[in-house]
Amino acid sequence: MSAAPAQPTSAESGEIDASLKVPVIVLLAFAILWLLGASALGVIAAIKLHTPAFLGGCEFLTYGRVYPAALNALAYGWGMNAGLAVALWLMARLARGTLPSGGLLIVATVFWNIGVKLGVLGILAGDSNSITWLEMPAYVVPFLLVAYALIAAWVLAVLRRGTSPYLYVSQWYVLAALFWFPWLYSAAQLMLVFRPVHGTVQAIVAAWYSHGLLGLWFGSLGLALIYYFIPKVVGKPIRGYYLSSLAFWAYAIFTAWTGVSRLAGAPVPAWTQTAGRTASFMLLVPLGIIVVNLFLTLADGLGALATSMVLRFITVAAVVFVLCTVRGVILALPSWAGITQLTWFATASDYVLLYGVFSMAVFGAVYYLMPRLVRRAWPFAGLIQVHFWFALIGLVVGVVSLSLGGLQQGRDLANDKIAFADVTAHALPYLQAATIAGIILTLGHLAFAFNFVKLVICPQHRAASAAAPLPAALTVPPPELQATAR
Amino acid sequence: MNRAPLIFLGAFLALSFSWAGLVLSNQVGYGTLAPHFDDTENKAYPGQLPGLSARGALVYQDLGCVYCHTQQVRGGEPSADLARKWGERESYARDYLRDTHVQLGENRIGPDLRNFGARAPSAGSPAAAAALYQHLDNPSSVVPGSTMPAYTFLFTTRKISGDPSPEALAVPGVPAGSELVPTERAVTLVTYLLGLKDTYDYPVERRLNTPPAPKAEGKK
Repeated sequence: MSAAPAQPTSAESGEIDASLKVPVIVLLAFAILWLLGASALGVIAAIKLHTPAFLGGCEFLTYGRVYPAALNALAYGWGMNAGLAVALWLMARLARGTLPSGGLLIVATVFWNIGVKLGVLGILAGDSNSITWLEMPAYVVPFLLVAYALIAAWVLAVLRRGTSPYLYVSQWYVLAALFWFPWLYSAAQLMLVFRPVHGTVQAIVAAWYSHGLLGLWFGSLGLALIYYFIPKVVGKPIRGYYLSSLAFWAYAIFTAWTGVSRLAGAPVPAWTQTAGRTASFMLLVPLGIIVVNLFLTLADGLGALATSMVLRFITVAAVVFVLCTVRGVILALPSWAGITQLTWFATASDYVLLYGVFSMAVFGAVYYLMPRLVRRAWPFAGLIQVHFWFALIGLVVGVVSLSLGGLQQGRDLANDKIAFADVTAHALPYLQAATIAGIILTLGHLAFAFNFVKLVICPQHRAASAAAPLPAALTVPPPELQATAR
Repeated sequence: MNRAPLIFLGAFLALSFSWAGLVLSNQVGYGTLAPHFDDTENKAYPGQLPGLSARGALVYQDLGCVYCHTQQVRGGEPSADLARKWGERESYARDYLRDTHVQLGENRIGPDLRNFGARAPSAGSPAAAAALYQHLDNPSSVVPGSTMPAYTFLFTTRKISGDPSPEALAVPGVPAGSELVPTERAVTLVTYLLGLKDTYDYPVERRLNTPPAPKAEGKK
């Protein structure tokens, strides 16, 4: 982190952090538990793809159960808990509002997690809806919506109590994402599960939801964190900040439309597929602005990359965001879609956004915010390095192997001379590589979880804390720097 | 701070725009598409799923078959679905009216199943079910190298009382005096799978979906 002025607001942010401490730690603890659970389920699913006899004969661990269980544990267990934790923290920090007593918030968090747990167990037990990202059975939906509303209301309460005269662009993304998720989720549940629409309109609703969840919830929160941390850690204001609102609106309008590009070639109206394709291209507009905003700012302080693990995670998230948007544009081209649709290539695109953008940004944010909440440094700095490299290598190996495997699969499928058994056989090495990637990611998660647990409960660290000043390494430029251009 | 309501309104409008544009317009456009009544055959297509098949569709759903098997036949370049004999024609939106829960699928880890009933081994004869039971019980015994899970839990070994069951699987390893028979779920699932066929060629769809010029993208 670059040389920066002392914090003029340190007392105030100390007060904010103190009010956030317990609720954010509870949300993150649940998130990390789910991350480990999702990793285990994901690795089991990955192994089954090339070694079907692994844990075979066990009904609740068949691929068709364990894979959606892993997806939902990752999205609603890890993703929502972690997303709400960072949304709460970011909102409080930027609005400079303290959290009103958080007892109800913790109750709501527990309820959310009971809901997800019932949902994931329901999938394993065979109550799945078999709609990607919406598998959790209908009986947990009211649970989840009520718990979500209670948690999101606290984020808004923090905003209302805030004293900051500004609404930063990070807050725009958080505010919008908080609102988009329940809108998407309730509309999709209503139209697919509770009162299903007829025929392939269902596929359109499902595509709209999938992409909304990934782009508008996970993508928006990832962008909020990236927009906050790059200027913060680099210590320079966002370049071209005035353009960021334009990027926000363009991203908001086009993202949900791009969802139907995943239906290329499906039995849905051709104009719908064209609309999705067009929207994918239109996303280049916000992408261009975001690149200018973030990478020019980053270029002002590249040196910080050498010292700040937070910035490394955030930079990976920013780079992956760019790559995966460009990937979306390429996939929307009809000549590519014909090969990549219905293969691992298309499936991998979802993981890229959820893991490479959102989760990487959250990892960075957690490494930044936790020491400030508990007022002591991470116990094992080396484990942060381990986590970073394992996450990065696992991500690259996983995405590259699934993408290459998907291309192979797509080309094989398009050639009717290749028997289906050979299509399967050709994909096996790539799927084995993906399993290795999953194991690497899981090891990284274990390092992360161990460090987190030690930080929160380790007694010898606790003794030294109390009213001790913030460790010198944690001082950072004041938050106002983010928007000096305004 | 007072801009928060504006952001909310804008976020609401942005998502409403995509919802109205994609979901609502398609629901209005073809959400009320009706089955086609064929006067010569005096029958509506696609017909309702028979009760046993409808229950099998639920088994298909709870086992998560959709994660490996698509149910959509694509035409045009570069798709080889028709050449692979996965269907006589590409799928039309109208084909899915009989499905309460449309499972198009997203990844072809296994072959497409939309017309499985039309192309299954010994389709149309009673032996088709027996072949499929064996496939579900032990996929790699039927397709060497298959990565499909063995759904052994859909079958149960029981003592033969009276006449042996006609559905018993002819597999080795079953103790003498016992037989391996499909459970009720296996029976419904197999009925559903063998009923999967979109062989009826809708006159109206053929006209709408056949590209006029040879140089077409193959999208409907």
